[in-house]
Amino acid sequence: MYTLPNKLKLFAIIFMVVGALGMIGGFLAVPSNVEEVKTMMASHDDGHGGGHGDATAAHGGDHGAAGAHGEEGAHSGDAHYEHVLGQLQNRPWAAVYVAAFFFMMIALGALAFYAIQYAAQAGWSPVLFRVMEGITAYLPVGTVILFVLLLLSALHFNHLFHWMDGDLVNPDSDKFDKIIAGKSGFLNTPFFLIRAGIFILGWNLYRAISRKYSLKLDETNDPAYFKKLFKFSAGFLVFFIVTESMMSWDWIMSFDPHWFSTLFGWYVFAGMMVCAITVIAMITMVLKSQGYLEFVNDSHIHDLAKFMFGFSIFWTYLWFSQFMLIWYSNIPEEVTYFVTRIEDFNLLFFGMVAMNFVFPLLILMNSDYKRVNLFVIMAGIIILAGHYIDVFVMVMPSAVGTSWYIGMPEIGAMMFFFGLFVFVVFTALTKAPLLAKANPLLKESKQFHY
Amino acid sequence: MASKVIHALYTDDDILLNAVKETRKAHYHIEEVYTPFPVHGLEKAMGLADTRLAICAFMYGLVGLSVAVTMMNFIMIEDWPQNIGGKPSFSYIENMPAFVPIMFELTVFFAAHLMVITFYMRSKLWPFKKAENPDLRTTDDHFLMEVDLGGHSEEEVSKFLSGTGATELKIVEKESDH
Repeated sequence: MYTLPNKLKLFAIIFMVVGALGMIGGFLAVPSNVEEVKTMMASHDDGHGGGHGDATAAHGGDHGAAGAHGEEGAHSGDAHYEHVLGQLQNRPWAAVYVAAFFFMMIALGALAFYAIQYAAQAGWSPVLFRVMEGITAYLPVGTVILFVLLLLSALHFNHLFHWMDGDLVNPDSDKFDKIIAGKSGFLNTPFFLIRAGIFILGWNLYRAISRKYSLKLDETNDPAYFKKLFKFSAGFLVFFIVTESMMSWDWIMSFDPHWFSTLFGWYVFAGMMVCAITVIAMITMVLKSQGYLEFVNDSHIHDLAKFMFGFSIFWTYLWFSQFMLIWYSNIPEEVTYFVTRIEDFNLLFFGMVAMNFVFPLLILMNSDYKRVNLFVIMAGIIILAGHYIDVFVMVMPSAVGTSWYIGMPEIGAMMFFFGLFVFVVFTALTKAPLLAKANPLLKESKQFHY
Repeated sequence: MASKVIHALYTDDDILLNAVKETRKAHYHIEEVYTPFPVHGLEKAMGLADTRLAICAFMYGLVGLSVAVTMMNFIMIEDWPQNIGGKPSFSYIENMPAFVPIMFELTVFFAAHLMVITFYMRSKLWPFKKAENPDLRTTDDHFLMEVDLGGHSEEEVSKFLSGTGATELKIVEKESDH
């Protein structure tokens, strides 16, 4: 049995407290009216605010979330400052949203990976099942937090989801948006929340059932539970791939309600899987270095590193497929997505492609390096940071536009959710033995070698 | 100079693998092992050095990538400048996304083909080459281990090899070519 080291507990709690302070600081620093924005911008003009002057031009007719729709042409005087005010008011919310989504996505990806192992009856992985179960323990926490955030958006506490503004679908309003109105059959607040509820319930149901049966299997040694796990896992994977795709439209793509990409679900999926596998590998190595998981050998790490490498390339393939088609065809309503990212987020946007593709490619290409913990950890840190920025660049351009900055709320939110994730995951690891001892494929897994 | 080798035949890959390990432990020299299919872990048991083909593949890939970049730059930018995707910038780097599929394909093409050719040359294989396997059954269901007698006596090695599970032993005079 694993016991939670006090140091780790303290480490997680410190992260949560400091992160929470940063988040609260971020919410308190939000300007409440146009005058405050003006003073803020005046004092910031020598710093990062240099781009604000261009904001008016760059944002003509865009999808900025600050309610700027319908005021094109009126972008002079206070209108511009109101626009910035909306962006700044969104900023702490968006920062929390990015962090909440990122860590939820890791747990969800790990759950899908876990289900794949059962459905494929994989022989190499049963020694890692308890680590995966530990990571998926964050899913209930993460999804509930995310649902609360979605609910707060729906109740207009923030303006992250621009399309939730009722005036946009009201033909009598001067803010009426024909494109969003055309999508309102699917993209309306009640249906959005119902869908979110169904996704979250379904995932958590599988998570609860699989954990229960996995423990029952150990307790009773009854292979019937293994068969049941196989069936539930196969069923869950079907449910997952449909709901994951719709989740990515709802929870990320709808930030830009005018824009769409047909492979967006796959794109989010690839990022999710690579992060989840990276976290599985990292936690496995951490536990092993502390003297647990003595049955895990280099070949298991090697296989996880192969998955990290493979899914990084897969992610890049999807990133590029999405980028090149839109770049090449250059259709205004599609290409705005990349124009805002390249103009306002240039370093982050291309930097994250380098981090998520070039680094894993070069570090993990060599077969021997995949067995060296140090290299896998290094690649893992770069991959996780890269995909965090990926989520950041997916959310921020439409939530805060040019007013983005990596400051207190962003770092605070990341720290808070990191601490929470570590706390929940490592606490869950103490709840059961680290070896799923009754799994019929366990012997094969223990002897697994490359 | 002719040297004497023993051909030990086995009928199971697990027995063969153990025999290889034991033979090496007893410090007999294994010349070669012939198997009808690749036996997992055999190269490690025989103590063969790791293949360097992967390094070649990486370099061939880089060659392919360079060829693609040079070629597309000449064809699409210099020799006959093209307006790509309505963006007539006539710059390679700005039109790079359009060339990525070609860069990728030529990288793979060069790596794959040159790797196969390298493998054939390194294994001394070419069309119409006479097969080297000493016993035809190694193409069907038998495994053959060729052990160099060295300074040991025939009886001693034969006895040892029978003990490792060999079903058949044959002493062969071999013209050494190395």
